[in-house]
Amino acid sequence: MTTLLRTLALTLHYAGLFAVDRVDLNVQPGSVHALIGPNGAGKTTLFNLISGLVAPTEGTVLFRGLDVTSLPADRRTALGLARTFQTSRIFGAMTVLENVLTGLQPRCFAGLIATVLRTPAFYREERALVARARDTLHMVGLSARADLPAATLPHGEQRLLEIARAIAPEPALLLLDEPAAGMNPAETAALANLVRRIRDLGTSVLLVEHDMGFVMDISDAVTVLNFGRCIFQGTPAAARQAPEVMEAYLGQKVAARLAARAPRMTV
Amino acid sequence: MLAQQLINGVLLGASYALFALGFTLMFGVLRVINLTYGFYFSAGAFAALFLTRDAGLGIWAALPLAAVTAGLIAVALDWLLLAPLRRKRAPELASLMVTLGGVLALYSAATAILGPDIRRLPPGLVDGTVFELAGLRVATPQLFILVASFVLVGALVWLLNFTRLGLAIRAMAENPDAAGLMGIDTGRTAALVSFVAGCLAGAGGVLIGLNFNAIHPYMGESMMLRGFVVVIVGGLGDIRGALIAGLALGVVEVLTAGYVDSGLKEAVAFAILVAVLWTRPSGLFGRPALRRA
Amino acid sequence: MPEWLDDFLWTYQNLVHALGINGLLALSMYVVLAVGQLSLGQAAFMGLGAYSSVLLTLKLDLPFLAVLPLSCVAPVLFALAIGVPTLRLSGVYLAIATIGLGEVLRAVYLNVDWLGGALGLSGIPGRAESWMIFGLLGVAILALWAVGRSAIGRAMAAIREDETAAQVMGINLARYRLGALLASAVLAGLAGALGAHSSSFIGPNEYGFEPAVTILSFALLGGIGTPLGPVVGAWILTLLPEVLRGFSDLRLVFNGVIIVLAVLFLPEGLLALRMRRHAA
Ligand SMILES: Nc1ncnc2c1ncn2[C@@H]1O[C@H](COP(=O)(O)OP(=O)(O)O)[C@@H](O)[C@H]1O
Ligand SMILES: [Mg+2]
Repeated sequence: MTTLLRTLALTLHYAGLFAVDRVDLNVQPGSVHALIGPNGAGKTTLFNLISGLVAPTEGTVLFRGLDVTSLPADRRTALGLARTFQTSRIFGAMTVLENVLTGLQPRCFAGLIATVLRTPAFYREERALVARARDTLHMVGLSARADLPAATLPHGEQRLLEIARAIAPEPALLLLDEPAAGMNPAETAALANLVRRIRDLGTSVLLVEHDMGFVMDISDAVTVLNFGRCIFQGTPAAARQAPEVMEAYLGQKVAARLAARAPRMTV
Repeated sequence: MLAQQLINGVLLGASYALFALGFTLMFGVLRVINLTYGFYFSAGAFAALFLTRDAGLGIWAALPLAAVTAGLIAVALDWLLLAPLRRKRAPELASLMVTLGGVLALYSAATAILGPDIRRLPPGLVDGTVFELAGLRVATPQLFILVASFVLVGALVWLLNFTRLGLAIRAMAENPDAAGLMGIDTGRTAALVSFVAGCLAGAGGVLIGLNFNAIHPYMGESMMLRGFVVVIVGGLGDIRGALIAGLALGVVEVLTAGYVDSGLKEAVAFAILVAVLWTRPSGLFGRPALRRA
Repeated sequence: MPEWLDDFLWTYQNLVHALGINGLLALSMYVVLAVGQLSLGQAAFMGLGAYSSVLLTLKLDLPFLAVLPLSCVAPVLFALAIGVPTLRLSGVYLAIATIGLGEVLRAVYLNVDWLGGALGLSGIPGRAESWMIFGLLGVAILALWAVGRSAIGRAMAAIREDETAAQVMGINLARYRLGALLASAVLAGLAGALGAHSSSFIGPNEYGFEPAVTILSFALLGGIGTPLGPVVGAWILTLLPEVLRGFSDLRLVFNGVIIVLAVLFLPEGLLALRMRRHAA
């Protein structure tokens, strides 16, 4: 199997600061891959580089074997890349269903003329889109909310809606930026199940998350960023024991003291 | 002949640069395209007209008073139209739209009150002596415009670079949220920036009114085209860019009028704007942010 | 046609035509606002359509049904020249460039002899018929309504709400914005040709700054939820000066104030432009 997503020496330099510094990331198909690191480590910036919202200073992004470094975000989406945002960016003025239908844009082919003339093909496509959108809402448990204005949903449901909107076109890779932030434990557990289902249906997941229980529970691989650099890449179990990971999280001195006392700390 | 044209162009360009400076300053700091800006220009010219014709003041007294009047109008309009949108963090197009509606209402109200006719400043305001040097002719009003432009631009550069207020303005241009956290009163700074910009536009109105001796309510609107060309070519928010582009535009207009057709001045200026948008949208001189002059 | 309707149309023909033409102009503003952009070029596009159609009629004496589509050519070319570079940039560039376009064209009409100068072009035959104007208006409303309720319309709404999120949905922003600007140029060009051939005269000041802002006030008064809103806004603002005598002096002040009030007090209702300051 070829690697689904690869970044090669990916770098973004802001005035006086490397937000992302020569990162080589490999995401395998069929996996849930966690990206962790302290606040300001560059995780969101790396997502922006991968999804094409920000152009890198240097480096390459390969997605499904294609060099997408110079492709704009919308073309990457068409290739099967999807993402959510750290603070949700649903379309608040639309209904829940319309949000998911908008996410299905890569599956919309009706042209201007067919749309204006309301041809049978237009109606066929529209029906298929609505059916797919309702299925997706069902999968995340928002069926009952379909016709509500999206802005009226509570926080946790808005996050689920953003995920539904992203997975509706069945992307090859889904990027989730802190999906569990602000969720209660029950919602977080449901989210973990949802992420597994998404993976089992054929969409690989790259996710940023601070809730370590959640990360260890669902991920197949872990990458740790600190100050824009990739400092660890491996399995969750190995990440727990890696001293450099502990250092990044706790600061050098504390980590050294802890390591002296108990060599096997959880992160 | 060519040397004379170049001199005339620089003299015209100095007032364009002066006018565009306030516009680009407003964008650089407040992040809005404030279309009421042209109205301050008209207001400054009318204030000078009333002060000299009806109050009998000389131009040296009328110019600063007219500039301050325009500055106060700018502060009032900023408070009325833009401050509420800033508080709501409304998108930049909302600010642009509100000033567009505002300026239409202002121009048409001014036309309804003052009439659309062209007014003239009282004769003899600046004595009309013409200097000749090596065959080049420069009239006193032109010299007055040049000196006044240099003094005002110098004052702005000094204000921005060497005062606490200037530091606050530059901090706000860089990042309004951080400036607020650092204890800068952003509301007051915004009002001061509006005041300074309004003064520049008002002074520009007086000087251009003096140069062409034609004052009417909509004069600011046709000036805005020059303002747009200068700030786009110089880079939105770029003060040094506006100075250079303003002088250059004056020269280009005079040369077009002299060698091609004076009816095509505006078309040539606009063609330059479009060409810059195609090739160097952030302006000829680099990044679009408030740069130190 | 019943006799009373015939009489009515005859008496009020100018007003009836103005209603239809202003309706088309309101729609040409609507399509651009619907993708979250602001163009003040509608009056300029209308002027290009008007001048080019009148030249085709007066110099070449082409039949009006051939003139009408050709009147869109110049507006579309100018829309491309301005739209292609600016639509990649922040929205203020399009707004600035289109206001500038109006000012420049006014100066050109004023100064170029074969465009009539300050006197404008006169002796235009009245070839625009009510059925053409209202036929086009009806088709435009139906087409825009159909587009609004489709995937294309959802993409437009998404762009209006959050450009970054829309892009991540796979929506090509530049394509939609340019498409909207071109549609706008076509509608305004047609309105210009129809307007010119309903009056016997056109002049440089009919397509300047004031009409440009007035067209925006049509759309903001009616709201941009559906294409009908702007048309109703245009009709109200066209009829008001007829109904209220003495109002016409203050007409432009009123149009400006409408825009101010709409933006300050109803921004979310009229334009779901939302502030998104950061990329993510
Ligand atoms: N637009 C920007 N300009 C300058 N610096 C930025 C910008 N965006 C992010 N940064 C900086 O880049 C670093 C990484 O940020 P981010 O990717 O958001 O971190 P994380 O998501 O890991 O918390 C931070 O130091 C942040 O301040
Ligand atoms: Mg982050």
